[in-house]
Amino acid sequence: MRVWIAAFVAGLLFSFGLAVARMIDPARVIGFLDIAGTWDPTLAFVMGAAVIVSGAGFALIRKKMNRPWFADRFHMPTRTEIDAPLIIGAILFGVGWGLAGLCPGPAIALLSLVPDLVWPFVAAMLAGTALHRVIAAIAARRRMGG
Amino acid sequence: MPEGRLMEMYVHLTQLGTIQGAILGGAMIGLAAVVLLAADGRIAGICGIIGGLTAPVTGDAGWRIAFLIGLLFGAPASVLFFGVPAIHMQASLPVLIVAGLLVGFGTSLGNGCTSGHGVCGLARGSGRSLTAVLLFMATAVLTVFVVRHVVGG
Repeated sequence: MRVWIAAFVAGLLFSFGLAVARMIDPARVIGFLDIAGTWDPTLAFVMGAAVIVSGAGFALIRKKMNRPWFADRFHMPTRTEIDAPLIIGAILFGVGWGLAGLCPGPAIALLSLVPDLVWPFVAAMLAGTALHRVIAAIAARRRMGG
Repeated sequence: MPEGRLMEMYVHLTQLGTIQGAILGGAMIGLAAVVLLAADGRIAGICGIIGGLTAPVTGDAGWRIAFLIGLLFGAPASVLFFGVPAIHMQASLPVLIVAGLLVGFGTSLGNGCTSGHGVCGLARGSGRSLTAVLLFMATAVLTVFVVRHVVGG
């Protein structure tokens, strides 16, 4: 129960922050990406502040905590290799982000504010995720089969 | 406190659209990532949280759903304090669908998006995440350039 409440609070804070930073406005995101046009650099401060706060917090957690408050261990990513899926995935994501001005966090947060505008994007995003999972599962089975 | 002063403060808060709003909002996003890691030992990557739901490990779905419900409530809650944010969807429906497919497929293949690689990954000092962030920033900038200044110009 405590695990769920903490996750709920984290989601709430995250979404609140996106709204306060105005990062949930696709036009603002595109304005930030439009370096050749009327560039709006404000969103760089969102990313900067987020990375500074989480960087300091993560360092403190690593130094002071052996395990999380409500769970038995930390689930940290362990991979370090820079491989083709990472590179191709990031490129495809960048194209999609630039086309719509939406990434997954703001898209979900917007479902509660302007569902009629954002649901096609969210539905397509879930379909894209599912499509990749299916392809990855087929590829893994083929590798195991010989 | 006189009512006029209070109103003035409220108006001031609702006009936090610029640098202060960006820093305050960004700090909240960072804090959310810290809370999730310290309390639950989890990384606040939105696409990873969603992706984990498509093939849930036993007992693993609860915190993911709780986080996503929080994500749904946070933006409307902010309206109470900071007013209704302006939202402009510029992409047409077909573009929106293509973009959604690319975002879903790409973040699943590349194991992360703006929050997973961009916030949490950079905060951990991950080389994989730095690579991903540079790549998706560059292609997003390039995409906007092509759409706005080559095709649309």
